[in-house]
Amino acid sequence: MKTKFYGYRRENGRVGIRNHVIILPLDDLSNAASLAVANNVKGTMALPHHYGRLQFGADLDLFFRTLIGTGSNPNVAAVVVIGIEPLWTQRIVDGIAKTGKPVAGFGIEQHGDLDTIMRASRKAKEFVQQVTEYQRVECDVKELWVSCKCGESDTTSGLASNPTVGNAFDKLWKAGATTIFGETTEITGGEHLVMQRCANEEVRAKFKFFFDRYAKVVDDHKVDDLCDSQPTKGNIEGGLTTIEEKALGNVQKIGREAPVIGCLDKAESPTGPGLWFMDSSSAAAEMVTLVAASGFVVHFFPTGQGNIIGNPILPVIKLSANPRTVRTMSEHIDVDVSGILRREMNLDNAGDKLLEMMIRTCNGRRTSAEALGHREFVITKLYESA
Amino acid sequence: MATDFIVHEAADGVGVVVVEGLKAGTECSGWIMQENQTITFKILDDIPIGHKVALKDFAVGDTVLKYNTDIGKVVAPIKKGQHLHVHNVKTKRW
Repeated sequence: MKTKFYGYRRENGRVGIRNHVIILPLDDLSNAASLAVANNVKGTMALPHHYGRLQFGADLDLFFRTLIGTGSNPNVAAVVVIGIEPLWTQRIVDGIAKTGKPVAGFGIEQHGDLDTIMRASRKAKEFVQQVTEYQRVECDVKELWVSCKCGESDTTSGLASNPTVGNAFDKLWKAGATTIFGETTEITGGEHLVMQRCANEEVRAKFKFFFDRYAKVVDDHKVDDLCDSQPTKGNIEGGLTTIEEKALGNVQKIGREAPVIGCLDKAESPTGPGLWFMDSSSAAAEMVTLVAASGFVVHFFPTGQGNIIGNPILPVIKLSANPRTVRTMSEHIDVDVSGILRREMNLDNAGDKLLEMMIRTCNGRRTSAEALGHREFVITKLYESA
Repeated sequence: MATDFIVHEAADGVGVVVVEGLKAGTECSGWIMQENQTITFKILDDIPIGHKVALKDFAVGDTVLKYNTDIGKVVAPIKKGQHLHVHNVKTKRW
């Protein structure tokens, strides 16, 4: 595999593959002003969302971790934060400023939308002109953080596209990269396999803690065996029958060689290279938003029936082994590995093909999801607001 | 002969159909990936791509293996060659 690519080396030493200027609303009320600024200043992107008011406790901590993490991601060059009130706005600004990148905050109260939009637009324009002079430099694959999550899986996912990610993850691990998987409930039926892969008892205990914690959420709220949502209707249409079958396909993504060296809570960042687990929802946009917030810069997304998700700041590379999906939804698929099912291609070839697309994506090629404007930014919320 | 269905491991009770439009009564060829073996038999139902065919007879209460691992329990009898899915197999979890 190629080990060099051209990326953006950020102030804190991390490497990004995109150079976004984002307009980040603190809260739902600030979406309108953020969208207006993004419209005024070309080359910026607003990340509207639904939350940020009256959250508390662990849910508020996760909210701040998600927003600060998103702004801190190395694919983001500079950030304008807009919030209804100044104190929490400043908290986001201060969190992102620790990376050393340009960031500025604007509070709407005592100014109104129009004055805020004008001031924030001036700053956004300054940032765009500053960061568009940044140059890509040669970087090594070991500096990459690569995440994975599958969606609208079917039996072809477990046979081919997920093991393709596993093959690529094994190669990335040998190259010294940082990789991650998650989807806690979607490991149900394969949890023993993940536990066998944990590097030591401490990691195993932490995985079990997260797994049991999520299982309790399901137990506390379920009204049936989840046959209406997990597996999803798309999974069932694609031939997956039970959560166990889905999970055994899912865990193919972690390959066969790398130990799981640590387990993270939602949107927490890894502290070194190797394969990590993050406790996370199995809903595609929520999970990808969480790994983007934890600092991952490129994502592998195997799909069976054709999940079309993207993320505003984390390029999502989609692969599929289902020949019908590759044919009927070709504009969404970056890497076709359906040849595995026809025995024209083996997993090693497929893993190489995916890694080649990863390098091209890192060098600047837009993924299908980017080209089609998929920017699903979905914050995980743990419980009701106060 | 083209591969109509793929089996993860020889111990599994199911194969996955990997071609479109497979009709009942077709003599099918399957590839067992792990052991690199080929098997053939007649399928008894129309089975869509991605869906599973039973590789043996199952009785109610039996466990179905795929990846040589438990993927759920049989809730209606299944014959070798029939379509195995949510109408005759359910999760043991949740």
